Amino acid sequence: MKQSANNPLNSKKERKNLYTGLAFLAPTLVIFTTFILFPVFFSFFLSFHKWNMFSANKSFIGLSNYIKLFSDPEFWRVLKHTVIYTFGTVPLNMLFALLVAIVLNQKIAGKKFLRTAFFTPVIISPVAAALIWRWIYDPNLGLLNYFTGLLGIPAINWLNDPSAAMFAIIIMGVWKTFGINMVLFSAGLQAIPDSYYEAADIDGASTWSKFRHITLPMLSPTTFFIMIMSMISSFQVFDIVYVLTSGGPLGSTKVMVFYMYEKAFKFFEMGYASAVAYIFFAILAALCLLQVKYMRTKIYEVT
Amino acid sequence: MISNNSSRYFNISKKVLMHVIIYALAIVTVAPFIWMLLTSVKGMEEIFTYPPKWIPSEIHLENYKEAFQAAPFGHYYLNSLAVAITVTIGQLITCSLAAYAFARLEFWGRDVLFYIFLGTMMIPYQVTMIPSFMVLHWLGWVDTYKALIVPGLASAFGTFLLRQFFLTIPKELEEAAYIDGCSRFKVLWRIIIPLSKPALASLGIFTFMAAFNNFMWPLIVTNSEALRTVPLGLAIFRDRYLTDWDLLMAGSVTATLPILIVFFFAQKYFIKGITLSGIKG
Repeated sequence: MKQSANNPLNSKKERKNLYTGLAFLAPTLVIFTTFILFPVFFSFFLSFHKWNMFSANKSFIGLSNYIKLFSDPEFWRVLKHTVIYTFGTVPLNMLFALLVAIVLNQKIAGKKFLRTAFFTPVIISPVAAALIWRWIYDPNLGLLNYFTGLLGIPAINWLNDPSAAMFAIIIMGVWKTFGINMVLFSAGLQAIPDSYYEAADIDGASTWSKFRHITLPMLSPTTFFIMIMSMISSFQVFDIVYVLTSGGPLGSTKVMVFYMYEKAFKFFEMGYASAVAYIFFAILAALCLLQVKYMRTKIYEVT
Repeated sequence: MISNNSSRYFNISKKVLMHVIIYALAIVTVAPFIWMLLTSVKGMEEIFTYPPKWIPSEIHLENYKEAFQAAPFGHYYLNSLAVAITVTIGQLITCSLAAYAFARLEFWGRDVLFYIFLGTMMIPYQVTMIPSFMVLHWLGWVDTYKALIVPGLASAFGTFLLRQFFLTIPKELEEAAYIDGCSRFKVLWRIIIPLSKPALASLGIFTFMAAFNNFMWPLIVTNSEALRTVPLGLAIFRDRYLTDWDLLMAGSVTATLPILIVFFFAQKYFIKGITLSGIKG
């Protein structure tokens, strides 16, 4: 970056450069200010107010929204569901993604077909995907109960039984998203130099010890990145919950974004919903910081 | 000799096992799609057969006709396409311009602005969703196409992705053009853009699919049926035809098939987009 003395904008050339830069940035800046920057501050401001959106006056109520939120048992329940969903999907998701990525990194017939097959669930509309799974989960005619029935497991009312519904959403969530992580793991695996494995082969290392001592450690930055990113996106789950269960039965699958959506757009408690949004933001930001911190230690290790 | 043979035997069986596992997993992964497709052409009595019957004895294509009569999927489609295409083209333009400014122009405050941009990528859209809705409300844009399109016309992620790509293009290519008296904009349009086709394709596919599949935003900002996009229309369709699985699956096929076709042709770019976005961490 240029370091000019005093006020750099005094020179005509610098001013012209600034105008050119701003001209290129103008469309982006307009949209950004209106729909990202202003909203970020405005929702923070709103979280200290009581406002139903349609009345003209917003009344300042200090931390009341936050106090109400922390003393609302429903908030804690919703947070718990979100955490259960996250810790249910992320490990399974990563396990499948890594397994598939490792196999696809070997000599396998029909690699291209396989990669497409595993990636297909990622790209389709979550709404359509959730509809397919509603059909699969149908208690009387569904495929899943048919297959579990073959194994002698009694029929489960997947989406209407409060103790099974979250599990059903987790299974679908894993199916829908593990393809992304498969691609990321594949990229990570391809970045490991072949020479490491060749050297291990000369030493007569077993497949397992190569995996344990080369693949896993070399992959750990990728793995950590994938873990944090998957946690963040699992925390944001909404579409599939909306279509599969709408938060039911008995609120057993109501997750944070769904709760926020209800508060804001069903009950129009904009201030309260904004407070929920900010707590949500704080949780995700903490996850992000964890990632940044980890990256930094990794970089220090290398340099 | 014997041990050599047995280790080769072991290797072959390991290979076979690996194939069996991975293909089994692939079949489980695509089975829901096949099940959707087959259900969508089944007659009612075969849907209600238990144990489930995979292959229908008769193909009932009229399920599609019935689904399209029950809800105006054709109209939802046009809405989704119009929104997704406009957002994609818009984003390619705004992101290219912004990315060029960040990659090549030098001006006061550029780096600070760039870091603000990077920072906003970490803000989940749920935080900006409520005030964005209010902005649209104040502008009188709620329940219009503008509400579906305008907020999507810029992207920090896209700007970042293109900036990283632009930085890999050697500067020498542009210098000759400057000597010939080309403007900044002309250089971007004539030199940088043609060289960035792969990155633009990745961003384009990515944006198109995200916009086409977006559910929450249309759910919040539209009410009228005339503005419904495919995912929203499908979700509302579900509420009305709870267990008409033939119609629901016909609707789902219509919602997924075009996206699948686009994906099969542009897979390379899409996957590259994911890997590039993975680098952003």
